[in-house]
Amino acid sequence: MMITLDIIYLIATITFIYGLKLLGHPETAKKGNLIASLGMGLAIIGTIFLHNLIIPTFVYSLIIAAIAVGSVIGWLMAVKVQMTKMPELVSLFNGFGGASATIIGLVEFGKNIGNASQTATTMAAIIIGSLTFSGSVVAWGKLNGRMKSLIRLPKYNLINNLVILGLIIFATYFVMSASNSQMLLYLLLIGALIYGVLFVIPIGGADMPVVISLLNSLTGIAAAITGVLYSNMVMIVGGILVGSAGLILTFAMCKAMNRSISNVVFGAFGSSNAAVGDGSQSEKGDIRSTTISDVAILMNYSQRVIIVPGYGLAVAQAQHAIHELEQLLESRGVQVKYAIHPVAGRMPGHMNVLLAESNVSYDKLAEMDDVNPEFKNTDVVFVVGANDVVNPAAHNDASSPIFGMPILEVADAKQIIVNKRSMNPGYAGIENELFYNPKTSMLFGDAKKCIQELINEVKNM
Amino acid sequence: MQILEFLKDNLNLIYILTLTVFIGVEVIKNIPAVLHTPLMSGANALSGVVIVGAIITMLEADPTDYIALTLGFLAVVLGILNVVGGFVVTDRMLQMFKKKKS
Repeated sequence: MMITLDIIYLIATITFIYGLKLLGHPETAKKGNLIASLGMGLAIIGTIFLHNLIIPTFVYSLIIAAIAVGSVIGWLMAVKVQMTKMPELVSLFNGFGGASATIIGLVEFGKNIGNASQTATTMAAIIIGSLTFSGSVVAWGKLNGRMKSLIRLPKYNLINNLVILGLIIFATYFVMSASNSQMLLYLLLIGALIYGVLFVIPIGGADMPVVISLLNSLTGIAAAITGVLYSNMVMIVGGILVGSAGLILTFAMCKAMNRSISNVVFGAFGSSNAAVGDGSQSEKGDIRSTTISDVAILMNYSQRVIIVPGYGLAVAQAQHAIHELEQLLESRGVQVKYAIHPVAGRMPGHMNVLLAESNVSYDKLAEMDDVNPEFKNTDVVFVVGANDVVNPAAHNDASSPIFGMPILEVADAKQIIVNKRSMNPGYAGIENELFYNPKTSMLFGDAKKCIQELINEVKNM
Repeated sequence: MQILEFLKDNLNLIYILTLTVFIGVEVIKNIPAVLHTPLMSGANALSGVVIVGAIITMLEADPTDYIALTLGFLAVVLGILNVVGGFVVTDRMLQMFKKKKS
């Protein structure tokens, strides 16, 4: 019997690797996801039924019930969520995985007292699993606005490092002493949970995707560690795969923002924003605001329009409206494109998903490097709810926290319309001199409302 | 010395870890930015493989140990949430990437 299970695990492992590989290409991604999920299903079913243990029926019923309950809830959550809310849902699911690993560690602890390497493994599962859980929940709270976006304790870096160091020393002592104290175990658990919270609260909203990706990677490692506990190959390989893939993804995201991982984690973002909103505005020039009808006329009589969508568009749920505007303008003979910054939205690629949801066609989505040379031939750039990704400070202000980040060169265009709700700085918390550019006009208001009014206005022309 | 002993005892494991890290890196390298979000979500679903451990915990638990069974139950629910939710959300994201027939 056991050999069949091993073969099933082997097949599942192959589906994970192959599925992940297919996920990397637009045409095969859907298939990859399906293949990996089939492998997972196989591994789960195999684990339940293929073993030499004698299990009372009620334990089976419990397992099946747990799977049924979890599947239904998970399925409903995934189906019901709005696409704009996706990043936080991913974060939450990730937290659940971490919690699961933690609980396994807690249960296994009692069985392995006296075995130093097993105890060490259990501790690692508990620490990583629980800090992933609490960290993911905080990231979820931050993204959906339940939690204030930036909380910084004084000397938070020092405190965080001391806490994690303390946890490691504590865990080492725990293993060495071969203690069986449940109380110490729970103390360790609480410590790790607190660390997860401390780790995420000082990190700003703009960096949440990086944090989620990092935590995702950690859940994988937690799963792998739990796998070591059972010498279970599918868990070890699957977990490490997610661990290394998540890490690479984290680096890719940091690279897109031109920031190092330590910069994100130990935080420089938003810490140098003391100058925001002081009296220096007058030397930058004036803000000019414009009206719906002016923008409508401008767009209607342009040759080329490029739309730069940002998170503001997602928050306002304006992805369908912008598509309607695009189609309307196209029908009037205006060439319309979208310029997608790699980190537009809340996660890399998030903006593409949102626009794809409203059926914007593929070839209208231009990536940064392709579209940047085109701005100088563009009549109107319409920036909707984006800020940091078009901030020229990334080029010409070495003191800016986003200095060096590649941006969309919208200032090359003939006219720039920026739709924003207010003059508040973006998530990086810094002033944007683009708004003071003589070519820029500001269109204040909610993205969806503004775009709908624009559509009506253009229709009447 | 203990460390050397540990390495010797777990050599196979260490080989697997090393190779898997490289596979993970290779498989993910050079992914277009468009797919970062679905990929993260898909990887997230895969990390739900921890459910296998949760099931084993329940199977190995003493049937009279209600605490272990309850905790195991919770771990299975959380794990399967991660798996099912993760795969379904990824599928939904990818659904939207379907090429339109024009």
